[in-house]
Amino acid sequence: MAEIIPSGDNTLLRDTVAIREIGWLERFLGPENYRITRGLLKTPASILGFILIGLFVIIALAAPLIAPPVNPNDPYKIPRDGFISEPRPMGTPWTRKPPPLPFWWKPIMGTDQWTHILGTAQGQYDVFYGIIWGVRTAFKTGFIVVVATFLIGTIIGSVSAYYGGLLDNVLMRIVDIFLTLPFILAALILAAVLTPKIGKSLLPAIIALIAFSWMTYARLIRGDILSVKQRDYVLAAKVIGVKDSRILFRHIIPNAIFPTLVYASLDIGNVVLTFAALSFIGVGTEVGYADWGQVLSFARNWITSLNRYWYIIVWPGLTLVLFVMGWNLVGDALRDVLDPRMRGKT
Amino acid sequence: MLNFILRRLMLVPVLLFGVTVLIFAMLQFLGPVDRAALYIRDVPRNERQVSAVIKHYGLDKPLHIQYWRWLVGVVDSNGKRAGGILYGDFGWSRTGSQPVADLIRNRFPNTLDLTIWAVAPVILVGIWLGVQAAVHQNGIIDQAARIFSIVGTSFPTFVFGLLMLMIFYANLQWFPPGKASDWVNQIIYSAGFHRYTYLLTIDALLNGRLDIFWDAMRHMLMPILTLSYISWATFVRVTRSSMLETLRMEYVTTARAKGLHERDVIFKHAQPNAMIPVVTLAGFQVILLLGGVVITETVFNYPGIGQAAADAAAQLDVITVLGFALFNGFILIVSNLVVDILYAVVDPRIRLS
Repeated sequence: MAEIIPSGDNTLLRDTVAIREIGWLERFLGPENYRITRGLLKTPASILGFILIGLFVIIALAAPLIAPPVNPNDPYKIPRDGFISEPRPMGTPWTRKPPPLPFWWKPIMGTDQWTHILGTAQGQYDVFYGIIWGVRTAFKTGFIVVVATFLIGTIIGSVSAYYGGLLDNVLMRIVDIFLTLPFILAALILAAVLTPKIGKSLLPAIIALIAFSWMTYARLIRGDILSVKQRDYVLAAKVIGVKDSRILFRHIIPNAIFPTLVYASLDIGNVVLTFAALSFIGVGTEVGYADWGQVLSFARNWITSLNRYWYIIVWPGLTLVLFVMGWNLVGDALRDVLDPRMRGKT
Repeated sequence: MLNFILRRLMLVPVLLFGVTVLIFAMLQFLGPVDRAALYIRDVPRNERQVSAVIKHYGLDKPLHIQYWRWLVGVVDSNGKRAGGILYGDFGWSRTGSQPVADLIRNRFPNTLDLTIWAVAPVILVGIWLGVQAAVHQNGIIDQAARIFSIVGTSFPTFVFGLLMLMIFYANLQWFPPGKASDWVNQIIYSAGFHRYTYLLTIDALLNGRLDIFWDAMRHMLMPILTLSYISWATFVRVTRSSMLETLRMEYVTTARAKGLHERDVIFKHAQPNAMIPVVTLAGFQVILLLGGVVITETVFNYPGIGQAAADAAAQLDVITVLGFALFNGFILIVSNLVVDILYAVVDPRIRLS
């Protein structure tokens, strides 16, 4: 750009400055957000992450076909095959009231006999069924928690950043206070006090997770808004007398929200991990709900004989690890793209 | 510097007040009868007793009065105080069948024993590995650290712990779960064994009993690894990136230009400056560990405060979990204070601003 360009001669301009086509996506997202999106789709690690996430989405959508439920109205109840406490090995045939045979079983295996593909856990809960429907539970809890925390965090963070001053100070101290309690313990308490009120379900743990994880988003969006707030177009809007709420929601938030939005959507892995940890401890869902932490918690009474019953931890554990890793791989790429020191290097 | 420390100290009462209010607010989800466990050992069963207890301890009074009583307790006509978290009385633990404060006192040394061994090697070796990874960028250590940090952060603690149990306990029978073998328990409660600190490993060393120390270590090795592998991953990564950035600074080039030995350049000029983010991270580790012990101790059946909290939560014994949360909150407030001050000592830019 430093060259002096003679007027009326465009060939020189075209030669010295690389003119780049701007696609519809870039036009739609804006240059900065486009850069982030492209950065996410470039590294092999993040592509692997997207593939893993995609696989889990497919499993979640096809859950009724992969592992048909006994009662279609209550599919999250893991079917039991008797009540003996000792786990039974992989490939044991169903004896008592088997669920409907999935369509893919006969063509592959050639029999009508539906078996416990991945064995049964303590109390004869079918591990395979728990894992497959657990994918749905994972997406459901992850999605609800992330959307709610994102909304709460965004509202508190943006109000705090936009108005500043005393309000900002008070809100940020509240954030500090919430961050002072150890997360797992705080979530444990809230889930434990809520359970008698609303009964055993996904809700207590979900509410507990929401209540103690909005703070990160509040801080993130606050930082971004503080920088956007200083831009000229915000000043211009103020000068012509636009209302505060309109400036905030029409001018500032749309320009500041993208990094927080992407961060939030990738936080699902972490949320699912924490949720599984809570239900592993025994807070949250009722026994027998299709949820990975629950399936893993069946192993707690068998730690002395895990050499024989390895399948009750390896399969649900592997599923959880792959799920979280999918999101983390994409998240890692995101961190690189959002790092200010990396700007302009993609 | 003094100014900074004073300003930071002023935040402590605010945080203390906030944390107590937050916990007190969650307490309000409980009915008055359950809240009576703050003051008395047996939660009453019949109607008359219930209303007498509620009346006596003012559990139906306005919130601010209840909050005050929760802080300082209730003094009866004999001058005996019941409750009062400021006096160290966190109420009665139903699951532990003892006062929450006693439960914490009995369990905390075990947790401390575990966390000390989980932290010290991480900080020392983790920093060294991070520096090595940065100095030999894209070398073997660097690549291994990168893979380890991605896999490590994706591994849920309890899955990792269960896998450790499966491999090293059930299959290989190398390391047992729990706290100590039976013969050790017999010795440590006998008269000949002095319990100076109540930390088993330290006490064993002070008593000169290497066999007990070895037994304790065998029990703790798996929990230590489970508790610390995420810290390993983050420590190595943060040290690495901070070190990489510092090595690009001009004063490092200057140091090299004036002919300093590469070892001095790295360990005397670059590393001290690269440690600033690592100090913050060290403070953050305390939060991570206090959460981590809940899961780790539960998986390994290790009798620390985390396991007690998890048991209490699973049986909906809220008073106990609240006690632990308060206790941990206090620890966190103090440790954050220490880290912030340490941070100011390390980094002149903060001290002077």
